[in-house]
Amino acid sequence: MADSSDYKTDDTPVRQGADAAPPARTDGLPERFENPGLPPHVPRRADVDEAAAKRAERQVVAMFALSALGTLGFIVAYFVVPADARGTVVGIGEMNLYHLALGLTLAVSLSGIGFGAVHWAKTLMPDNEVIEERHPQASSDEDREGAAAILRSGWEGSQLGRRPLILQSAAGALGLFAVPLVLQVAGSLGPLPGRELYDTNWRRGLRLMIDPSGTPIRAADVTLGSVFHVMPEGWVGEEAEEELSAAAILEAKAEDQVILVRLDPALIQSEKQRSWGVDGIVAYSKVCTHVGCPVALYEQQTHHLLCPCHQSTFDMTRDCEVIFGPARRALPQLPITVDDEGYLIADDSFQEPVGPSFWERERG
Amino acid sequence: MTTSRVPQGADDLRSDGATTTTADQSAATGADRPALPPPIVWSDERVGTAKGMRFLLKKVFPDHWSFLLGEVAMYSMVICLITGTFLTFWFIPSMGHVTYDGSYVPLKGVGMSEAYASTLDISFDIKGGLLIRQLHHWAALLFIVGIALHVARVFFTGAFRKPREINWVIGSVLSLLAIIEGFAGYSLPDDLLSGTGIRAMAGFMQSAPVIGSYMTFFVFGGPFPGEMIIPRLYIAHVLLIPALLVGLFTAHIVLVAVHKHTQYPGPGRTNNNVVGFPLMPVYMAKAGGFFFIVFGITALISALVTINPVWVYGPYDPTQVTAGSQPDFYMWFSDGALRLLPGWLEFTLFGFTFGMNIFLGSLLLLPLVWILLSLYPFLEAWVTGDKREHHILDRPRNAPVRTAIGAAAISMYLVLALATVNDILAIKLGLSINDITVTFRAAFFLLPVIVFYIVKRLCISLQRADRDRVLHGTETGRIVRTPEGEFYEVHEPLDPYTRWTLVQHDPMLPLSQREQDEVDEHGVRRPRPVTHGLRRALSDFYFRDQVQPVTPAELAAAQSHGEHDALESAPTPQLGEPVSAVPGERAALRNRED
Repeated sequence: MADSSDYKTDDTPVRQGADAAPPARTDGLPERFENPGLPPHVPRRADVDEAAAKRAERQVVAMFALSALGTLGFIVAYFVVPADARGTVVGIGEMNLYHLALGLTLAVSLSGIGFGAVHWAKTLMPDNEVIEERHPQASSDEDREGAAAILRSGWEGSQLGRRPLILQSAAGALGLFAVPLVLQVAGSLGPLPGRELYDTNWRRGLRLMIDPSGTPIRAADVTLGSVFHVMPEGWVGEEAEEELSAAAILEAKAEDQVILVRLDPALIQSEKQRSWGVDGIVAYSKVCTHVGCPVALYEQQTHHLLCPCHQSTFDMTRDCEVIFGPARRALPQLPITVDDEGYLIADDSFQEPVGPSFWERERG
Repeated sequence: MTTSRVPQGADDLRSDGATTTTADQSAATGADRPALPPPIVWSDERVGTAKGMRFLLKKVFPDHWSFLLGEVAMYSMVICLITGTFLTFWFIPSMGHVTYDGSYVPLKGVGMSEAYASTLDISFDIKGGLLIRQLHHWAALLFIVGIALHVARVFFTGAFRKPREINWVIGSVLSLLAIIEGFAGYSLPDDLLSGTGIRAMAGFMQSAPVIGSYMTFFVFGGPFPGEMIIPRLYIAHVLLIPALLVGLFTAHIVLVAVHKHTQYPGPGRTNNNVVGFPLMPVYMAKAGGFFFIVFGITALISALVTINPVWVYGPYDPTQVTAGSQPDFYMWFSDGALRLLPGWLEFTLFGFTFGMNIFLGSLLLLPLVWILLSLYPFLEAWVTGDKREHHILDRPRNAPVRTAIGAAAISMYLVLALATVNDILAIKLGLSINDITVTFRAAFFLLPVIVFYIVKRLCISLQRADRDRVLHGTETGRIVRTPEGEFYEVHEPLDPYTRWTLVQHDPMLPLSQREQDEVDEHGVRRPRPVTHGLRRALSDFYFRDQVQPVTPAELAAAQSHGEHDALESAPTPQLGEPVSAVPGERAALRNRED
């Protein structure tokens, strides 16, 4: 920071108008105005008029009494009003009357005390302002010297100055003692990501199943413009719910979810996109490449896919490239084909990691 | 004796003169020696209660509405602690799967996590549980609103200046903890909306350079969503962060007592005193009463306005999301930043992916904002070179550049926050979401510059208006015609008490006008740090266009016709009666009206 000695007036660079005595000027006027001190006290009505004071007292008592009534009301409402009572309240609409009764009585009970106490303080308690003096925060020189002496004698008493090895070994031991604690937490949280982020449950030959019914999709049934949310075979439907834990299903949903759309093949502008689909039926990962929300809004007219979280917009006719918003990468496409029975199946797994970016993504 | 009785003009009007003498004084007279009640005597003999009471109960607090903002935050925190404890009695922080069988019919038979099911139970099957939940959520929002307004009050009045820099830093950390606590809290019910928030959080963490995927797997206990995140957020929400909050809050309050409260400038108030009401009884009643008012109003809002109706959203499912998904308002700026940051900020270098479009707006933005916030007092002190203690608050207009910086920062914050509702704005206003987003991107950089300029000029205008009032008095609206046929408006001169507030501030000079010459008397260049040039430039910037307060000489000059025009710094002379020049005439005018 600055070297204060560089300044002409050390660290008090301005005129101390408020407190220091202003230097007199030749014309007899002070350099600055002087603090006139507290203005004369103006009495309140209750200070001079006993009737007004009595009135204020009654108001305070009334507010405290109102509070007690509110508390009683709460108790009564708690036991008397049916918990599922519903009704229409003007200006709000239909709501739970039990909740309303409890809330309103609690509000009266609490604010009665509050307003009563504040009104009491403002009307009846003394309103003379009191002055408390301040002292500089810094300790006196005596205190500072005393503290310095203790530090010095403590340092000498510890003998660290003469025996530096103790200091070094103590610092080493103290520096290391946290390691086991950190290691236990850092080492036992996990597991490590491994290949998890690079791979999904999609495999060649797995049927595309409608989420949540778990029925396979016949390519011929997919009409132009229709949209399906699909999951890989074995990860959706009643059978999967019985076999797999709820957590496993949620995890699979989070990474495997796919949106299936049938486009007019003439609209598709990418050769790769066309060849990975079936007659204009294309499947894309539904996990946004931004932060991973499901890209759930499909605009049939423009063939845009929009993520409701941060408005990343992907163009279905251009291999789901980003055309607006904060996402960088196109949605990964799932190569699909049809099996012997005419059902849509995965032709392969995803060819790149799905979902948000991560540091070692390209290293897969 | 630090408390002294203030001479009061109305003492003789009081029927009971004894009410204005302090307890210490009446004790000294010995006429009616008050005695401590037995329980206090009992505890005094064991822990010395009386000493502490004597120190604490006579502490003086100045009165101002803006000092209540911090109190709102404090009381809301207490309400959150009370209601939060109640909620823990029924909330089950588990992602274990259950089938809902409570009394909310639309979700009967739906599979969900225990966390969500128990939140539904609290809302529908525990008597009064919904009220407690609503109180908890509303108080949490009020807590953060209170903090934000309190920070603004402290910033714009310069209350963070020496000796209160440490408390400013503690307060900054508290505010950051408060929003993290809020985020952890609203994520707990595991409904569709909060689950989407956690999904985004996983994306943020994954974007961190080098450690991103490891951090995500460590926090979530494997791939998203796993079964660990709710229990872990829960312990952070009910133990870790509250412990830090309460601990730092205690330090915050202790430091307020150590420093004694700041006060606004006014007659009788100096940098060496604090003028206000003693804790016992006035402040106790006012502050205690205010707690109940805050609690009562929170209860009223909770009764009437539903917040976070989780039953409407349904349980979390990673394949679903609702349009218009917004976090609670205090996370808006971060979510908005994520919506504005363009995709090209993600790039690959040396085979590694830099997800700066995400990282900048989330994991980096929060610490960055709070580091800047925490450092501001030190930066300002470095630029101004001011090392004095400050206990009198600045009127914001008297620190135009600081006020303008604060306003510019708020404008940036608001752009980010509004960007979070860009989809809602697009729908409600019938505008293109793309246009709105592009406009916000530009506004983030342009608006602060515009706001800075406007607010700074506004402050200077207000200072000039203050000068005008001091020099020429207050306009009365009374037009007088002189026998010569001249018309003028009567100006009422300010009384010394009103005037003091307008002239008390100490203007400072920029470093360039205070520092010594480049070379000393021997012709040797003074050694200066390399940053000195920057510091001088910033100081010039900070103090440029400063308006000086009126001095007695200027007032005297303004009051006599002859010298009026000679004063360079005085504003254009106005057509008006020179105040107090013809006192007799003024009195006569007033009498005529009566």
